[in-house]
Amino acid sequence: MTAATAPTAPATPRIPVATRLTGFGQLLRLAWRRDRILVPSSVLGLVLFSVGSAQATLALYPTDAAATAGLSSVLANPAVVALYGPASAQSADALAVIKTVMLGAFLVGVLGLVVVRRHTRTEEDEGRLELLGAGVVGRWAPLAAAVTLATAAVVAASVLSALGLAALGMDPAGSAAFAVAWLTGGLATVGIAAVAVQLASTTRGAGGLGFGALGVLFAVRAVADSADPGTVLHGLAWLSPLGWAGRVEAYGANRQWVLVLGLLALAVGVLVAVRVLDHRDLGAGVIPVRAGPRRAGAGLAGPLALVTRLARGTIVGWAVGMVLGGVLVGSLLGAVTDMSGDPAIRDLLEKMGGGAGGLFADVYVATEIHFVAAAVAAAATALVLRLVAAERTGQGEVVLATATGRVRWYTAHLVVPVVLTAALLALLGAVVGLVGPTVTPDAPTFGESVGATLAALPVVWLMTGVAALLAGALPRFAPFAWGVLLASFLVSEVGPLTDLPSWLLDASPFTHLSTLPAGSFGWVAALVLTAAALALMVAGGVAYRRRDVA
Amino acid sequence: MRCTVGGVTDAITVSGLRKTFGRTVALDGLDLTVRAGEVHGFLGPNGAGKSTTIRVLLGLLRADAGTATVLGRDPWRDATDLHRSLAYVPGDVVLWPTLTGGETIDLLGRLRGGIDEDRRRRLVERFELDETKKGKAYSKGNRQKVALVAALASGVPLLVLDEPTAGLDPLMEEVFQRELAALRDDGRTVLLSSHILSEVERACDRVSIVRAGRIVDTGSLDELRHLTRTRVHAVLEHAPSAEEVAGWPGAHDVTVEGDEVRCSVDAEHLGTLVADLGRRGVTGLTVQPPTLEELFLARYQGTGSTDRERENEAQPA
Repeated sequence: MTAATAPTAPATPRIPVATRLTGFGQLLRLAWRRDRILVPSSVLGLVLFSVGSAQATLALYPTDAAATAGLSSVLANPAVVALYGPASAQSADALAVIKTVMLGAFLVGVLGLVVVRRHTRTEEDEGRLELLGAGVVGRWAPLAAAVTLATAAVVAASVLSALGLAALGMDPAGSAAFAVAWLTGGLATVGIAAVAVQLASTTRGAGGLGFGALGVLFAVRAVADSADPGTVLHGLAWLSPLGWAGRVEAYGANRQWVLVLGLLALAVGVLVAVRVLDHRDLGAGVIPVRAGPRRAGAGLAGPLALVTRLARGTIVGWAVGMVLGGVLVGSLLGAVTDMSGDPAIRDLLEKMGGGAGGLFADVYVATEIHFVAAAVAAAATALVLRLVAAERTGQGEVVLATATGRVRWYTAHLVVPVVLTAALLALLGAVVGLVGPTVTPDAPTFGESVGATLAALPVVWLMTGVAALLAGALPRFAPFAWGVLLASFLVSEVGPLTDLPSWLLDASPFTHLSTLPAGSFGWVAALVLTAAALALMVAGGVAYRRRDVA
Repeated sequence: MRCTVGGVTDAITVSGLRKTFGRTVALDGLDLTVRAGEVHGFLGPNGAGKSTTIRVLLGLLRADAGTATVLGRDPWRDATDLHRSLAYVPGDVVLWPTLTGGETIDLLGRLRGGIDEDRRRRLVERFELDETKKGKAYSKGNRQKVALVAALASGVPLLVLDEPTAGLDPLMEEVFQRELAALRDDGRTVLLSSHILSEVERACDRVSIVRAGRIVDTGSLDELRHLTRTRVHAVLEHAPSAEEVAGWPGAHDVTVEGDEVRCSVDAEHLGTLVADLGRRGVTGLTVQPPTLEELFLARYQGTGSTDRERENEAQPA
């Protein structure tokens, strides 16, 4: 199972590039046929995100002066910069895209990663590539088709967004630079994805590598961007493709040449991937599958133990992420409190997700929790949807043919995310609570931090319940849980700064997040949300008991 | 003599089972009886409804009409309880990529409520299974072995095997056949779905042939043979004339070439034919009972593709 990377492996004979790419066109068409909903709808979503957000901000702050007065001081805050990247200029245009440049570059990268993985490692993992590979298909063709489609998706999202921004009357050169920022982050991530799917030998492993790399690059950029300009630390942003997206400074310096870095990263990634591809066996990775124990440990008995065991990698990955995130958030508290004199800043941070009153550091922590809640809800959604995945592969059938009842099998898929999300949020709160007070006396205490993160649980559980209901009742539509989650988050994220209708804002569970540690804890809202989550889960279970499982 | 399992003489009884998926009729009034203690072959081409039937018997699918009783219980209502007495091997085994084969066998045994350690060890040895490999690293045949060991090592009275040997090599197929014989000697009941006819012919006491969601024939192989013609090839001293041939009762497709006669004859007229041949001075005689393959083909001949048939039924003109 190990890849043939040993020096004893015979050198691959020289095969013309055209031969290695045989079947590329066919495979590209196949990939497009399979993704004709996923790619266009994701691209449309990203364009709506960038253009809609800009339009709403411009409506509130039509002139540079208004924007500068309303927004600029807060956006110079290192803690905010850590999340959104640096503001490129004190203009309405620059501030209209502050929320979408960095987050968008990240999301465009995620899209590229998902598309590359779907058509390479997943296909190989499930044996379909073997079927294709035995036909008249060159060795490079599947990777080339996947990278081409992913690149096309990234380009479409970036260029259409830029055209949309220009159509709003924003500066054309700045709009082009905006496209460059997204392209740089997106193309580099496609390159990273191309390597990740070659290194890992499973779909999940490739996801872990790819998303892990993206997370690290985001963290590197966050630390660098919140450091003082001119310092070495600040320069570290140039090590991260997401840092490049920020340094384009769209609607400011407009450094369009940064696109070269993105193209280079893509090229290097593809070259490395091809090099690995030429030296490995089909179905294998560079990270080999090791042998394991002959007998199961005493603990591996029952559906809950099985689901937990299968989620082990996910659990460890998220726990590490929470510790790193907690250290980041906690250590930035010092920078935040320096800015607390400015009432305009507080007003804006409060609109962005914090609550009224309390110390400025508290408002900042509440804002961060908003993001973390969405991330943790995503982890829960992925875990719940494994119920549907197991049904598709037949693993669920095998379990249900034993003395495991449906309700227990369904419940096991809910208990793991429900408990895990609580543990993750508590972990984050604990780390922030430990690190924060060492940086500034204004930081929330240990208890306040843990309380604040745990207060996000009802919302996270509600999103878990949405996924549970879909998985239990409508397995074919289960992936819509992702759409509901993303829409809920974006509405509450962009909503308060804009004039979105209040019913739409209220419809998003994230709008009802507690504003702890800044504000107060709404017991009624928390209880209502938790009850709703429970009701969704029970309804999903009732439906799951009654439907065909096949 | 008929065995009983948990006090019932029939391990599985199904009558009038109907199941549709959208406009496709998967089961169209299927009847099936599996007696306790027998190995029952469940034969049919791809798409005939074998796996759908099995999923109903496991309580994974809910029948639209008809009744199914497995070990005296309703599989839909009492699925969990029933599954304590039943082991299942799917046709396409997908293992958990991160669990080893050994872990999977233990897990499935525990989920079912226990595993016979001695039998487990013996089966792992006989199937030459490397238990330390991760699910992802197994070939199709080895995945099948993991599921087979897990099912065969459990002491349950009923085994439901859906094309269990699809990926096994001939040596392992032989091991499987021996294990199957041991199960039968042990008095356990097996429902063996397959389209490998030699496997069924060798292992099964009775078979049911399914076509387009219905059972078209059921019985022991002898009984089924009785319904199908035996082929006779004789070399005679005195060849019969055309008129004489026409007078043979139950003989079909008779050809006479010199002193050689070939024909097929209905089972009940075989004695008459052989007696008549004897009077003509037999110098060579081959009497070949129908193989299962011939039985099977006879049930399908002239009916065209069953899939097409089912589609036509499902889509009224």
